[in-house]
Amino acid sequence: MRVNRRNIGMFAVMALLITAVGVFQSWSVALAILNLCLISAIMSLGVNIQWGYAGLLNVGVMGFAALGGLAGVLVSMPPVTAAWQAGGSEVIVAVFILAITLIAGVYFYHRFRRNPLRRILVTSVIGIVGFLAFRSFLDPAVGAIEAVDAAKTGYLGGMGLPILLSWIVGGIFAAGAAWIIGKIALGLRSDYLAIATLGISEIVIAILKNEDWLTRGVKNVNGLPRPVPYEIELQQSELFRSIAADWGMSLIGLSSIVVKLCYAGLFTVVLLMVLWFSEKALRSPWGRMMRAIRDNETAAEAMGKNVTGRHLQVFVLGSAVIGLAGAMLTTLDGQFTPASYQPLRFTFLIWVMVIVGGSGNNWGAILGGFVIWFFWIEAEPLGLWLMDVITSGMDSNSWLRMHLLKSAAHMRLMTMGVILLLVLRFSPKGLIPER
Amino acid sequence: MEGFLNALVLLSNFLVIPGLAYGCQLALGALGVTLIYGILRFSNFAHGETMAFGTMVTILATWWLKSSGVTLGPLPIALLALPAGIFAAIILCLTTDKLVYRFYREKKSNPVIFLIASLGVMFFYNGLIRFVIGPSDQIFTDGERFILTVKEFRESTGLVEGLAIRTTQGITVVTAVIIVAALFWFLNRTRTGKSMRAYSDNEDLALLSGINPDRVVLIAWALTAIVATVAGTLYGLDKSFKPFTYLQLLLPIFASAIVGGLGNPVGAIAGGFIIAFSEVSITFAYKKLLTYLVPESWAPEGLVQLLSTDYKFAVSFAILVLVLLIKPTGIFSGKSL
Repeated sequence: MRVNRRNIGMFAVMALLITAVGVFQSWSVALAILNLCLISAIMSLGVNIQWGYAGLLNVGVMGFAALGGLAGVLVSMPPVTAAWQAGGSEVIVAVFILAITLIAGVYFYHRFRRNPLRRILVTSVIGIVGFLAFRSFLDPAVGAIEAVDAAKTGYLGGMGLPILLSWIVGGIFAAGAAWIIGKIALGLRSDYLAIATLGISEIVIAILKNEDWLTRGVKNVNGLPRPVPYEIELQQSELFRSIAADWGMSLIGLSSIVVKLCYAGLFTVVLLMVLWFSEKALRSPWGRMMRAIRDNETAAEAMGKNVTGRHLQVFVLGSAVIGLAGAMLTTLDGQFTPASYQPLRFTFLIWVMVIVGGSGNNWGAILGGFVIWFFWIEAEPLGLWLMDVITSGMDSNSWLRMHLLKSAAHMRLMTMGVILLLVLRFSPKGLIPER
Repeated sequence: MEGFLNALVLLSNFLVIPGLAYGCQLALGALGVTLIYGILRFSNFAHGETMAFGTMVTILATWWLKSSGVTLGPLPIALLALPAGIFAAIILCLTTDKLVYRFYREKKSNPVIFLIASLGVMFFYNGLIRFVIGPSDQIFTDGERFILTVKEFRESTGLVEGLAIRTTQGITVVTAVIIVAALFWFLNRTRTGKSMRAYSDNEDLALLSGINPDRVVLIAWALTAIVATVAGTLYGLDKSFKPFTYLQLLLPIFASAIVGGLGNPVGAIAGGFIIAFSEVSITFAYKKLLTYLVPESWAPEGLVQLLSTDYKFAVSFAILVLVLLIKPTGIFSGKSL
């Protein structure tokens, strides 16, 4: 990459801002922001692969991220043996039936290509019979599983494997979902993909919230295993105590900073890997082909490129990166909370990051992830302070002042909207334009 | 025979009437999406928030009217406040168009850029609404709660099952019919309406014959603001007003518009009812209905519910997928590609 002073300067300013938070607020807060900045950067890299490389609109980032989170639970939590005994085999049969139904449905759908009436009839009969069979196995099993110590478990648990593995599995989950959606909606108008992804993300969240046997639903899964040491372990080790004493820091404060630094290290490694692959792909013949398709589909098609096939490929790849980031987020949180997935935070905020950073440029997407997440977090205290200043002249008990202070938190939504619109209009190439 | 009548009443009470009301709300919402699509040629993701904004102003006006002692007898005051909401929504849409969309129209940008701009607009509206009225639930219906109560129905017919029609359901259907009739009269009979349809059919030809594009766009936004506010207010009256449910309504609304054929007003209405009735009938628990129809010994044990109501979005999504697979232009062949 050619050295570009302006870009390096912008990253330096970003680093300075986070350092400033560390100095003025606390290092723990600064590192927490940094960790989420890193995850946001990976998510926006994923969206950038879809939008920047190929011009595909994915408005279902939330769903893919949540699938990654689900992988975190399914891979790392220990299996609940009692629940498996109560209904495990029925669930496996039910899932098997569902898979067979889907395969048979797709097979017959393609088989009767010539005969539309028979096609619809056969496919829908298979779908309905399969669905009823699926429910007849699943429903009793669900009751039995959820009855197993409902306050603590009430779900099947996971595989009890290291949580780092879930990052890969999360990517695979999201890629699978993206493949299905892409098969349906790609090749049609570009808005249809947007609406289809919006739909699938709502459905994924609905499933995660309501299928308690799988995810404990809104009861959340807490205490996911960690890839890094626990604070309490650090505090007990002799070496750590002596270091804390040498540096004159409190044991608790230092241990939390060390844990966050460990996460930051892991995330940075992943970010650099994803970035390296993305840059390689973008500079390869494949990347040039993608951009050619994006800029003129008809011309690319005339050159013999399979536009829909390439779109499917890039859509699946981008979603896999989002799923990876979703799994990382759940790992960082140490818990899986389906109710926390909000479209504004998980879909539209990521879009702001990509547009502001510079669509089509991987470095831009990363910078956008950092900048927007930083302001998303810092806008709240900033907005509150601003409101305090504006309303300082008013009577301290007036309802308007109370209302304004209470509503200051919603200011950041408006700010994000305005930022997106301003960048789109006055600097559509973003902070770091595509080369 | 009585069992059959009971079944019929049960069906109308829990399936037909709610489906009809919900269908009207969706149809009005989808009309707004389809109008913008027909004239400006992009999917407006801010539509749900436009509905929420109009509803919010209506609620504020309702509170104000209530505090100054106005009543409307058995009808909710919100109907009186509706013009205020519509007016505010029109102002909002026109301002947004002037500040945001006009620039891209003049540049003849790709529809995708419009779509992303509408995401930004959605973000802004969303914050605006939460800033003014807060994110919590608001119930603003008043007046008579029922047109027909279960008790009255039972007493007059002597059946075990009761039938209730809520005032909001009645108002929804009546208002929707009036609005849709007026809209179609406007589009098919008036000169301006005809010029809008011409513009939507073939922009270049319309421009050649001297139709002023700015005026067409202006009226399209105004009409959209009207149907959006009415749809939002009716939905809010029927259920309750909560800013984030309007964001979730976006999916069934888009599904309705696409199922009927994007850009086609008749299609939007048909699509609204298709989505609403599928949603209600697939998430309906048929157990009680079957107990009326089949002998006692056959009565089912479970709820006989195909999908729990938590998955009602899955229904609109499934229908959307079917339409995309079978006929991407929608039933009434709207615009595609």
